Amino acid sequence: MSFRLEQGGRLVDRQVPLDFRFDGKRHSGFAGDTLASALLGAGQMLVNRSYKYHRPRGIVASGPEEPNALVGLGQGARFEPDQRATTTELFDGLTAMSQNAWPSLGFDMMAVNGWFSAMMPAGFYYKTFLWPRPFWKHVYEPLIREAAASGRPPQEEDADRYEHFYAFVDVLVIGGGIAGLQAALAAGAGGARVLLIEQTPRWGGRAPVDGAEIDGKPAEAWIAETVAALEAMKNVTLCARCMGAGIYDHGFALGYERLTDHAPKMGGPRHRLWKIRAKQIVTATGSIERPLSFAGNDVPGVMLASAVRDYVVNYGVAPGRRTVVVTNNDDAYRTVLALVDAGLEVPVVVDARERSDGPFAREAIRRGVAVECGAAIMKVKGTRQVEGVMLCRGNGTGAAGAMVKCDAVAMSGGWSPVVHLWSHCGGKLLWSETNAHFYPDFSRAPTGADGRPFVRTAGGASGAMGTGSVLVDAAAAGADAAQAAGSGATKAIAPAQARDEEERPMRPVWVMPEQALPELRAKMFLDFQNDVKVSDVQLAAQEGYESVEHAKRYTTLGMANDQGKLSNINGLAILADSLGAPVPEVGTTTFRPPYQPISFGAIAGEARGDLFQPLRRTPIHAWHEAAGAYWEPVGHWRRPYCYPKPGESHGDAIAREVQATRGSVGMLDASTLGKIVVKGPDAGRFLDMLYTNKMSSLKLGRCRYGLMCSENGFLIDDGVVARIDEETFLCHTTTGGADRIHGHMEDWLQCEWWDWQVYTANVTEQWGQIAVVGPKARALLETLGGIDVSKEALPFMGWVDGELAGVPVRIYRISFSGELSFEIAVKAGQALALWTRLMEEGRAFGVTPYGTEALHVMRAEKGFIMIGDETDGTVIPQDLGLDWAISKKKADFLGKRAQERVHMRDPERWKLVGLETLDGSVLPDGAYAPGEGENANGQRRTIGRVTSSYMSPVLGRGIAMGLVARGPERMGEVIGFMGEDGQMIETRIVSPVFYDPDGEKQDV
Amino acid sequence: MLILTCPYCGIQCDETELAPGGEAHLKREGPGSSDAAFEAYLFERANPMGVHFERWRHANGCGKWFLAVRSTTTLEVYGTYKAQTPEPPAEIVAAIRARVPGWGGRA
Repeated sequence: MSFRLEQGGRLVDRQVPLDFRFDGKRHSGFAGDTLASALLGAGQMLVNRSYKYHRPRGIVASGPEEPNALVGLGQGARFEPDQRATTTELFDGLTAMSQNAWPSLGFDMMAVNGWFSAMMPAGFYYKTFLWPRPFWKHVYEPLIREAAASGRPPQEEDADRYEHFYAFVDVLVIGGGIAGLQAALAAGAGGARVLLIEQTPRWGGRAPVDGAEIDGKPAEAWIAETVAALEAMKNVTLCARCMGAGIYDHGFALGYERLTDHAPKMGGPRHRLWKIRAKQIVTATGSIERPLSFAGNDVPGVMLASAVRDYVVNYGVAPGRRTVVVTNNDDAYRTVLALVDAGLEVPVVVDARERSDGPFAREAIRRGVAVECGAAIMKVKGTRQVEGVMLCRGNGTGAAGAMVKCDAVAMSGGWSPVVHLWSHCGGKLLWSETNAHFYPDFSRAPTGADGRPFVRTAGGASGAMGTGSVLVDAAAAGADAAQAAGSGATKAIAPAQARDEEERPMRPVWVMPEQALPELRAKMFLDFQNDVKVSDVQLAAQEGYESVEHAKRYTTLGMANDQGKLSNINGLAILADSLGAPVPEVGTTTFRPPYQPISFGAIAGEARGDLFQPLRRTPIHAWHEAAGAYWEPVGHWRRPYCYPKPGESHGDAIAREVQATRGSVGMLDASTLGKIVVKGPDAGRFLDMLYTNKMSSLKLGRCRYGLMCSENGFLIDDGVVARIDEETFLCHTTTGGADRIHGHMEDWLQCEWWDWQVYTANVTEQWGQIAVVGPKARALLETLGGIDVSKEALPFMGWVDGELAGVPVRIYRISFSGELSFEIAVKAGQALALWTRLMEEGRAFGVTPYGTEALHVMRAEKGFIMIGDETDGTVIPQDLGLDWAISKKKADFLGKRAQERVHMRDPERWKLVGLETLDGSVLPDGAYAPGEGENANGQRRTIGRVTSSYMSPVLGRGIAMGLVARGPERMGEVIGFMGEDGQMIETRIVSPVFYDPDGEKQDV
Repeated sequence: MLILTCPYCGIQCDETELAPGGEAHLKREGPGSSDAAFEAYLFERANPMGVHFERWRHANGCGKWFLAVRSTTTLEVYGTYKAQTPEPPAEIVAAIRARVPGWGGRA
């Protein structure tokens, strides 16, 4: 069992004990601990259960590569699942919960999965649970989701604050180990603006733990001096607790800073997302140790050798009293020596190599440690904790040899450079046979806008192994980056002096023992979090999953939230071996940002709640609010949906608004309607190309309804165009369409007809627009006085300028309701005053404000289409019976050629009709009408779809519009639409104009 | 997150300021064109691995459309120029040839 040593721990302050809770139980650690070191210090080896088999799992690593120790942190509005214990700094009062176990970590019902693990091989989700089909939805999926659950989502709104930060630098250095420090020093020496970020709270990385000497002093002293030197440089910024999350096109990088995770009471934003533009980027991201694949390598107590060393040296925590070290390289002997130094027992070192005579090994032997060369661990004894290991020959099939009692195993399979950030933006990799790892191909670096490399690696991330090589490589990377960034005169500095520790070559070992039989291979875990074993990858290869990307998805190797930091290379090597191909030929899966999961809060930043997006308000917004409007979001606008009175349902309010408008007079705030001025000698010619009908012939003082299509022929917008003067048109667009249509106009003007003399201006927000609608509309305007609004002076589809009640206005006689209707445009600043005045004067007529839903009901009663309801990007005007608005005479307009294509002229196209249910009910919006037979995909054919459906208060029944195959030819026919409950709704095909079919009411 | 220089206002635009507009230098086909020519205009795109001519709008800036030539693989930008340019300007072609020996011209 793990425990806290009597002394030692360079990072912990034993004078400052901290209390924390894990699964409700109180423990204590010290300031400087991570949650992982504190748990180990408290003897808590078992921290989790695996996803699939619910096997007991312990801490494996000491950094971001940790696959097992994921916990739920915090409580209530500050609860967060899937947090890594190894990267969580301990603070007083920390609360953590284990995940994946039910009812408890120690006694997990789901562990039964492990007994049936032979029945859950690679791809078992695909193989096992397909049939019988209904079982998937109701039995298998809920069960698997329950069993394979990760952390629970938080139940409350996040109580913390997050922010975004922008930074522009010459050189960004990611990683604050000795390589990053050296690179920053070299880059900053010539005056380049340098930002150095480090994901942990401390600088220097693992050099102090590894006992490096730099410039003739212990690494720790060199690090302190270098950090002080960097801090003194005005052109260098250091930021700890800030992870380089991703590198993107043209020098963009994301940093993820955790400001208060370690001190929740500090206040201020919790996380900060840095959006960095760097001319050059140096990734000094170090390397990660690989596990070895032997049976039982996932039993709690089996850890990476480097992690064992970290816990002993950094935190004064021992993973066990007797630790067997198993390795294929010299580095693990540093762990042996660290353990012996701490007074702990190393009963045996199992070295996969035939010889082990490096300096560290010789030192270990000199201190009495037994070394078994050419050996392997056949399997680990114990289930919830290591009890011992069975040894065997390394090249055999696993015939059991000696049993060695121990309570921890430290494993080392060699080191892999962290090439993630290098690869995010296209950096390529090479395979090193010597070190059995992928390292950056410097000739194929990510390139920037100038075509030159903008990412360099430094130190371990380059594949450098010794301290001296790391520093030389890093100094060069920093200086080169500064020079490439063109940041003035660069001053070359000599790299810090250190020697490369003498090490004997490692030996790639992917399976231990090399000829292990299937029963052993089925207990060798590659991906600890997703329970992917050596046997799974071999099975995938056997079943034909030769592509590494396919094998990954089939087995789920590397798909857990550690993204295969420990498992990928081992998995690839097994796949390559199974396919009989060299590792580099199999290649790696794609590295994608972020390097580590980052919080949703950081991504959202301040953009939540009221700040989620800008809100557009009409000039009359405040009045609607005071009148108790129920709001509907339309694009970024808020429009009144209806104005419910106390005790009134929305349906009641809508019916009342419609009846009042059709009966007397109603008012609508139409200010959100898009208004685009098109002006110039060629304005008419331009609009003739944009609209399907002819606009150049429109007379001064007149309005015309027009349709706009894309070059594909599909209807994209509609609205009324008014001719203001010889060279000026005002184009109304839909509420949501103003910006889009203005962009559309500019696209054609700038890119196709740039020699035409036309200007456009989107003046939507310059004007308020008030629709006064209903049989008493004229009487109301006459009460205000100032403009002759008689039929003779202002006929239907005409407009007039003047002063209404002393306010300058333009009145359009256009109607979207079928009633006598005036739309009054007024300068935005005077809109509220005019609206209020109209409301006051209108009281005598019972004037009623109405919202967007009443507008919809009234337009549907008239069979007027709505862009986005009757259209969906695949509908042409001809489908909607709008042929009358398509010019036959014009030689060309956008969409004309497309509408001549064969499929557009197909008589089987779905066309607009009105729909009346036989029982008067309201059809479900979007309902389909099933037809006879099946389509090519074996699905039932459909012959129509409901596009708009409302309760008509005037007609007292449901009305709808829809698109039906050969619809207009089928008037009077009864077809069935599928109801929400699966029942057919008998519906008659009728004219889409339900109300005042002859249009007598609007032209009075 | 590309950076492209707007040839109108001279600003180095972050991609967040820009709206993409697909392939550049398409020739519009209108009424009277054959089905094949019209469909090629609507749907057929070069989609090259390498040098690509494309349309961008400085949407959150000056509002102007411009053209850019970029490598879809290395992300190198060979130049930007105004949209009112029927063919790639000679200096842009020279810039591409200097960087991409053997470039076969616009597909």
